Amino acid sequence: MSLTAKLLAATAFVAASSASATELEVMHWWTSGGEAAAVNEFAEAFNATGNTWVDAAIAGGDGARAVMVSRLTGGDPMGAFQFNHGRQAEELIEAGLLRDITDIAEAEGWKDIVNPSSLLDSCTVDGRIYCAPVNIHSWQWLWLSHKAYEDAGVAVPTNWAEFVSAASALEDAGKIPMAMGQQGWQQAGAFSVLIASLLPSEVYNSVYGDKDTDVAGGAEMATVFQAAADARKMATKSTVQNWNDATALVIKGEAGGQIMGDWAQGEMAVAEVSAGEDYSCLPGLGTNPRLSTGGDAFYFPVLDDEAQTAAQTELAKLMLAPETQVNFNLKKGSLPVRGDVDLATANDCMSKGLALLKAGALLPDVNQLITPDTNEQLKTLFTEFFADPTMTPEAAQEEFVKIIGSAD
Amino acid sequence: MATERPNQLFRNKSSKIAAIPMIVTALFVFVGGTIWTVVYSFTKSGLLPRLNWVGLDQYERLWATRKWLVAIENLVIYGICMLVLVFVIGFILAALIDQKIRFENTVRTIILYPYALSFVVTGLVWQWILNPEFGVESIVRAWGWESFSFDPLYNADIAIYGVLIAGLWQGSGLVMVLMLAGLRGIDQEVWKAARVDGIPTWKTYIFIVIPMMRPVFITTLVLVVTGIVKLYDLIVAQTGGGPGISTEVPAKYVYDMMFQANNLGQGFAASTMMLVTVALIVIPWAILEFGGSKNRG
Repeated sequence: MSLTAKLLAATAFVAASSASATELEVMHWWTSGGEAAAVNEFAEAFNATGNTWVDAAIAGGDGARAVMVSRLTGGDPMGAFQFNHGRQAEELIEAGLLRDITDIAEAEGWKDIVNPSSLLDSCTVDGRIYCAPVNIHSWQWLWLSHKAYEDAGVAVPTNWAEFVSAASALEDAGKIPMAMGQQGWQQAGAFSVLIASLLPSEVYNSVYGDKDTDVAGGAEMATVFQAAADARKMATKSTVQNWNDATALVIKGEAGGQIMGDWAQGEMAVAEVSAGEDYSCLPGLGTNPRLSTGGDAFYFPVLDDEAQTAAQTELAKLMLAPETQVNFNLKKGSLPVRGDVDLATANDCMSKGLALLKAGALLPDVNQLITPDTNEQLKTLFTEFFADPTMTPEAAQEEFVKIIGSAD
Repeated sequence: MATERPNQLFRNKSSKIAAIPMIVTALFVFVGGTIWTVVYSFTKSGLLPRLNWVGLDQYERLWATRKWLVAIENLVIYGICMLVLVFVIGFILAALIDQKIRFENTVRTIILYPYALSFVVTGLVWQWILNPEFGVESIVRAWGWESFSFDPLYNADIAIYGVLIAGLWQGSGLVMVLMLAGLRGIDQEVWKAARVDGIPTWKTYIFIVIPMMRPVFITTLVLVVTGIVKLYDLIVAQTGGGPGISTEVPAKYVYDMMFQANNLGQGFAASTMMLVTVALIVIPWAILEFGGSKNRG
């Protein structure tokens, strides 16, 4: 990491020829090809204002969050850092470690431009705003490789049911029916996608939102656990760990499809494959097109240095500026947080996402509803479930009900 | 008596003064930190430590969590196998080297070398060696045994033994060197006497030499056991706790809870349990080992 950071910092120095540059250390976990290209848009725009973006990227969200929190609580704050919207930062705000940026938000009129407004609500604690949302990410996508299905001689599926029934044909052709990285967050994420896509929204909301154990243990949810068992069977041969390695299997046509958030789009862009020709994407797994609106936000720790605080203000404004929003989100594969910018160059998949956003077919993100503690328990459960074929869907559901029951 | 005591206290004054910073650090950091951790394990601390008491809730949750139970079971399996095997292998290697072989220094260095590598490197190396696509399995298959199968890290039932192999590879060298030092410390007269009495070599080792090496064994035991209890980096590098949760260990549970789940209380409860377990083993042993030393003189 440190070498990359130094190199990036070095390029940043070259870009910022202005002499009075204030350095601002920005921490994030965007390290895959598409992500790095996207974050570079921020860095360049920030350097153009005469400040210097010092890039501190840490691969892997789980590890990165741990480092960020220990730096904040240890009294060595960075200039700005990325978190997912939602409940991750709750306690840091309560402890007074993060800067209240309500004045910036009001001056820039974020209330009127941020769409959906739930994004800003997630940044708001007791009426004050603490973070700048930069993009909308949705989990509910199924990415399909056209090459894999052509090789297997079957039509590209248009929904989850077809995807499952095409699995055996793919297997006969020596392909992996479904790519899935063996990390808890991917597996727990895929499961919440199954709930959101195969069942009505009310179920999703009452399980994650109201923590209703009757619904979580009910017959409808049992069908989702069956679907998860199907997914497990299809992903047996997928031994990769990282999500982008799994996406690479889809890009190369070695795997049929992958359930992954729209950040997979960024990898497709880097690999220069085109939507509709080389791959297709099914929002809501093609069954129930609906997106959860999670995403990334930047938080700004309280700093003593005035110049740096001014640089924070600069950065916060810039992140929501129309031009940076478009450049960043095109590279990242995510949707802009402003309803008023024009993504003329958006491709097939992004247009689908934008249309759903306009139509308001939206759900809150899991991270906005549950605490990191509950999330960790769910990750453990699904890591276990997907790795151990002897664990029955019924046993997993029983465990799931327990976790939801103890959530707060 | 009364006049002798102050003399005892103030004897070697300068060395005692020199030791004060270390004593203070030890008390403050180790004892203080331990007490702090235990106290906060009875709270509902999340991301930041806070004193909102919940009694034994954290412990109840801990012992109802499958991941923790699996972690304990793994530590027991790994611990027992590691302890037995590392001593057997280390001692045999030391005994073989002690036969006045040629190039002793070279051989000793080669065997000790893995110990110079960090657990992270060890874990990655063995992850590759045990990977069915690049490692042992593919090499043996390339030699012609097409049906050969050896992929412990991908089988949840035996994955912990895959970690054990790496641990043994790394740790045996150190045990060997310590044992070798112990063997060299045995007076040659003992060997001569045993030979005169016609005792076979293996019997000499087991009934005469090993009992004489008791101090070396105890030092080694302490080193190996602490290495086992704090097992963490090897797991993270080699398996990440997987497949599933089959290679989770207590230290990793503590880390996951504290830094990923933002649940300090639960992490503290787990680390307190680790401390209690270690104390349950160490205290009776320490009493047996050192308690009687005054009588022995």
